[in-house]
Amino acid sequence: MDDLFELGEKKMKSRLIIGTGKYSSDALIPNIISESGSQVITVALRRIDFDSKTDNILDHIPEHVQLLPNTSGARNASEAIRIAKLAQAAGCGNWIKIEVISDNKYLLPDGFETIEATKALVKDGFIVLPYISPDLMVAKRLEDAGAAAVMPLGAPIGSNRGLRTRELVRILIDEIDLPIIVDAGLGKPSHACEAMEMGADACLVNTAIAGADNPGTMARAFAKAVQAGREAFLAGPGATSEFASASSPLTGFLE
Amino acid sequence: MSFFQTCLKYDDFQSDTVLGRFGKKNVEQVLNRETLKTDDFLVLLSPAAEYYMEEMAQKAHRLTVQQFGKVIQLYTPMYLSNFCTNHCLYCGFSNKNNIARKQLSLEEVEKEAAAIAQTGLKHILILTGGARKIATPEYIKNCVNIISKYFKSICIEIYALEAEEYAELIEAGVDGITIYQETYNTKRYKELHPKGPKQDFLYRLDTPDRACKADIRSVNIGALLGLDDWRREAFLTGLHARYIQHYFPQVELSISLPRIKPHEGNFQPSHVVTDKNFVQIMLAFRLFLPRAGITISTRESAILRDNVIRLGVTKMSAGSSTKVGGWTSGNKDTGQFDISDHRTVKEIKEQIARLGYQPVFKDWQPIFEEAM
Repeated sequence: MDDLFELGEKKMKSRLIIGTGKYSSDALIPNIISESGSQVITVALRRIDFDSKTDNILDHIPEHVQLLPNTSGARNASEAIRIAKLAQAAGCGNWIKIEVISDNKYLLPDGFETIEATKALVKDGFIVLPYISPDLMVAKRLEDAGAAAVMPLGAPIGSNRGLRTRELVRILIDEIDLPIIVDAGLGKPSHACEAMEMGADACLVNTAIAGADNPGTMARAFAKAVQAGREAFLAGPGATSEFASASSPLTGFLE
Repeated sequence: MSFFQTCLKYDDFQSDTVLGRFGKKNVEQVLNRETLKTDDFLVLLSPAAEYYMEEMAQKAHRLTVQQFGKVIQLYTPMYLSNFCTNHCLYCGFSNKNNIARKQLSLEEVEKEAAAIAQTGLKHILILTGGARKIATPEYIKNCVNIISKYFKSICIEIYALEAEEYAELIEAGVDGITIYQETYNTKRYKELHPKGPKQDFLYRLDTPDRACKADIRSVNIGALLGLDDWRREAFLTGLHARYIQHYFPQVELSISLPRIKPHEGNFQPSHVVTDKNFVQIMLAFRLFLPRAGITISTRESAILRDNVIRLGVTKMSAGSSTKVGGWTSGNKDTGQFDISDHRTVKEIKEQIARLGYQPVFKDWQPIFEEAM
């Protein structure tokens, strides 16, 4: 039986979502898509130059890949809502990754504004993927609001520091009945593998691929790591224990 | 709340004495730290850090790629007016200089904007001298209304305004300001600004605060390097940047490193900033403030600009003219200062790509306009 990733109305083989920022050239993107096998790609509306005949990033994204515009630059709910609608009006479809960031130093998302934007955009028929700090209460409100998934950060954007929020992401995996996509901070394939082993449904990776000396090879490595982590999760790893279990010095008398 | 108290505290700061105490060991310690404190920043500006330029550059490069990617945002300046009531000793537009004065009519603004837009640039910085009664806020607003038809991001570098005036310009389509304090030394500032409204150090210093309160999206600050002891100026610029980041975290903050260039008049910089000093300042900024943008204008030569792309720069001007109507009038008048990188937008774009970076023309768009 195929293990497909259901998101929005789509069923996909790939559980690795990629970004488009930070590349030395947009012309690299087709190769990154092909090496990563990704079927969803996120693009900041602010960066799309619709007027340009030569430098429109959308020209580098094949049609079979689901476009996930994001609201980069939004500082509050109303800005995120406007950006989503501008993206839709510009022909980028009805998927939207909500990023509301009112802190440019750490780039941490604003959960309250994100909830407001999610409520409004779901009502307007968008498939909403909100980027959040892994906060259970925020995630629950997003679930109530009709988000299609939640995207908790592993570590601050661009930090490449790995799954630093592991315990909080685990709680979301256990408690939230939506796909959990770990977004931001995954700096190495092993970090993505760790998130998937734990039961995350997918990972979003940009900086670690775009910043690699060889982005294509790194994209392939992430794809393999995500797949390996997923298979390990499905296989059900054996329980780990701090103690050897050959003898029971305290309860042996019961036998 | 103001950055003023910090400025006063460092007015008599002797960088030679204080920074001279740092040795190689201090620099090595700082280079191994993940986040830097104020004292660490001073160490990076010290003479001892000059022995560690390559190490600083490696770290700055890594941090910049991580935070901003292999990407350089391009923009160009557009001068609307060179009338000025100020007597700034270092500026070509000073009221005292006998230069041809001009202010673009709205028709000329449209022509100039259309000519610049032909290059494909989407971000523009509009500038005026400091003549509030001639290039009035109303005039600037009218210009912004025209320019916004051609550009996706409009920043202003004009005389300091009140918060309500910024709010009106933001409403019209302005999303960023550039405002240089010129020097953070109150005494030196007084000497350099003998006459005109710009004499008011505190009003100028608090300008970013007023723009931020009006909800401006981006703020670019800087000291004009060469006016005073550069190590102290760079230090205070960094502290000012951190102050803005702290109190207005929603703002996209960037720093410029303008070095005094030849211009009309006979002002000579009192403190020479060599290329090496210039690069040291840039690296120290990047290490101290990993999330701050760094802007390099065409004041600097093509060779220097090409070389610093990998060291922390995030924004560059291209195809610049510092003359009013410089794109359309064929005007031979004097500009605000001489530029050093005379390459066209296309040439700079191609060179950035050759260096393994992506030249980005568009990285913003107005949100609250009619849906496209």
